[in-house]
Amino acid sequence: MGVKKRFAIIEHTADIGIVAYGSDLKEAFANAAYGFFSLITEPRRIRATIQREIEVRAEDLEGLMVAWLGEFIYLFDAEQLLFKKFVIEELSKTHLKATVYGEKVDQQRHRLKLGIKAVTRHQLSVVARDGVEARVIFDI
Amino acid sequence: MSPRWEGKLRKIDDYRWEIPRSYKAGMRVPGIVYASEEMMETIREEQAMEQVVNVAFLPGIECYSLAMPDIHWGYGFPIGGVAATRVKDGVVSPGGVGFDINCGVRMLRTNLTADEVKPRMEELVNGLFYAIPSGVGAEGKLRVSEKELDQVLVKGARWAVEKGLGLAEDLAVCEEEGAMKGADPDKVSARAKARGKPQLGTVGSGNHFAEVQEVVEIFEPDVAKVMGIQHVGQVTVMVHSGSRGLGHQVCTDYLEVMARAISRYGISLPDRQLACAPVESPEGQDYLAAMAAAANYAWTNRHCMAHWVRETFARVLGKSEVSLGMRLIYDVAHNIAKIEKHSVDGERVSLCVHRKGATRAFPPNHPDIPDVYKKIGQPVLIPGDMGRYSFLAVGTERALKDTWGSTCHGAGRRQSRGAAKRSLKGVNIAQQLREKGIIVRATNMSELAEEASEAYKDVAQVVEVTHQAGISRKIARMRPLGVVKG
Repeated sequence: MGVKKRFAIIEHTADIGIVAYGSDLKEAFANAAYGFFSLITEPRRIRATIQREIEVRAEDLEGLMVAWLGEFIYLFDAEQLLFKKFVIEELSKTHLKATVYGEKVDQQRHRLKLGIKAVTRHQLSVVARDGVEARVIFDI
Repeated sequence: MSPRWEGKLRKIDDYRWEIPRSYKAGMRVPGIVYASEEMMETIREEQAMEQVVNVAFLPGIECYSLAMPDIHWGYGFPIGGVAATRVKDGVVSPGGVGFDINCGVRMLRTNLTADEVKPRMEELVNGLFYAIPSGVGAEGKLRVSEKELDQVLVKGARWAVEKGLGLAEDLAVCEEEGAMKGADPDKVSARAKARGKPQLGTVGSGNHFAEVQEVVEIFEPDVAKVMGIQHVGQVTVMVHSGSRGLGHQVCTDYLEVMARAISRYGISLPDRQLACAPVESPEGQDYLAAMAAAANYAWTNRHCMAHWVRETFARVLGKSEVSLGMRLIYDVAHNIAKIEKHSVDGERVSLCVHRKGATRAFPPNHPDIPDVYKKIGQPVLIPGDMGRYSFLAVGTERALKDTWGSTCHGAGRRQSRGAAKRSLKGVNIAQQLREKGIIVRATNMSELAEEASEAYKDVAQVVEVTHQAGISRKIARMRPLGVVKG
């Protein structure tokens, strides 16, 4: 068996999205965040020099995904932070707590290829069936 | 990705199609889409038409759910969608404005000719590239405190003028004079402000740009003259930009607020992305106050950028700003909701007009257009793609009567970014454009293929439909000479 795919890109005429995979919810959420940063830049070039605690709440799993990724859009715009490692400590249907690792944008080292401006609810789904699959479309 | 839309259409005339109310139970009004027969074939390829139908479900929607010929799939509402809801019993929907609140266009005229600037185009484009921060993660040169940001949100473009950025006389030729009334910074979240603060004065990424153009065709010389366009070969400048992270966060925040409001107000919708609240409810009023604040941020932004464009031209060409004659022709918002008075069955009715990827196109003598344009109608700015052309048009009486005074806003994408990159693999886009006499500079040159002409529909076809249908009249066509891309 090859290495399991963490995510795939969804093509959309004017926007872009990802399908994130995981053996459980935690892994799927972590991979969604990894996929998100892969759209913006090359995550392997991000160093894990700073860490942040993230805690979000929502009414359901889909809402939680919107809030979770929305946190990264905020941290990127407001503080220019990129992340590569996502350790999800707690995850229920309505609550997520994680520690994430990354660094501030360095225009010399990080090639920024895409600006993600919002997480939409279009075709949004988090489905557990033989592993977990999460679909998200972004506004760019 | 999505299936083809197979709904039945009634052809009204060569440029209008009706989706009758009988198409789906629950439609309060019919849908009307502006398109040629050929364009309709392409439009049917995605589910944007179903979105026109869904918008027809909105409580208080008046007369019809409209779409312009540049219609394509959008979040909840289609892009190119226009819907007017009654203030007294209708709703306002953030999805009817879009994420990029007051994404819009401004256009400057100059005294320059293309022959004069062409030899200096490389320098000009480089100058503009450094003067106007662009691209993903770009931070502005303006450092504002939180208090100052609140002022930006209330004063709009006037804030820039007070800071010595941009001309006071240009304010008169901005839609809303560059500041929408009713803006309330307290209705904008701390998060939205934190996203917007470092980005003030940046053009952004994606399809946003600053472009030096040359007039290549004038359709109505007398009207063009009123806008300061005198001859073919005259240089103009166009800036396309919006409210950056601040506007996107306002939309995100209020989509959540409205999603909760729907059940409270007993509103049932075919798509939760249409989340809305009554115009006169606290949620509706809060959204409109926050939206106006975001709109003012965008106008400030474009006013600052126009200032840097002038500075760059003066410096590179060694001319005074006065001798360059770089006056603003107009500045339009193409993602916005506005409370306007319109005639419905002979009565004046107060409506909340949502224009999402649509431009206001008011006719001559309308009270809301600047005095200098009272005789010709409101200028309409329609950008195309970076390899072809853009249009200058004016609003008409027909638009006011048929489309709540609205027309198209641009070309619209034909291909996804990935598809564009794959089909143009190995093609040096910058080189190809250079051979056509267009100098382009982007933060990320390797991503240029995503914005290539091939990825966009032909804006000339879009403009032809709105022209033939009479909802705006084309006045001039411009082609790019130099482009700064986000």
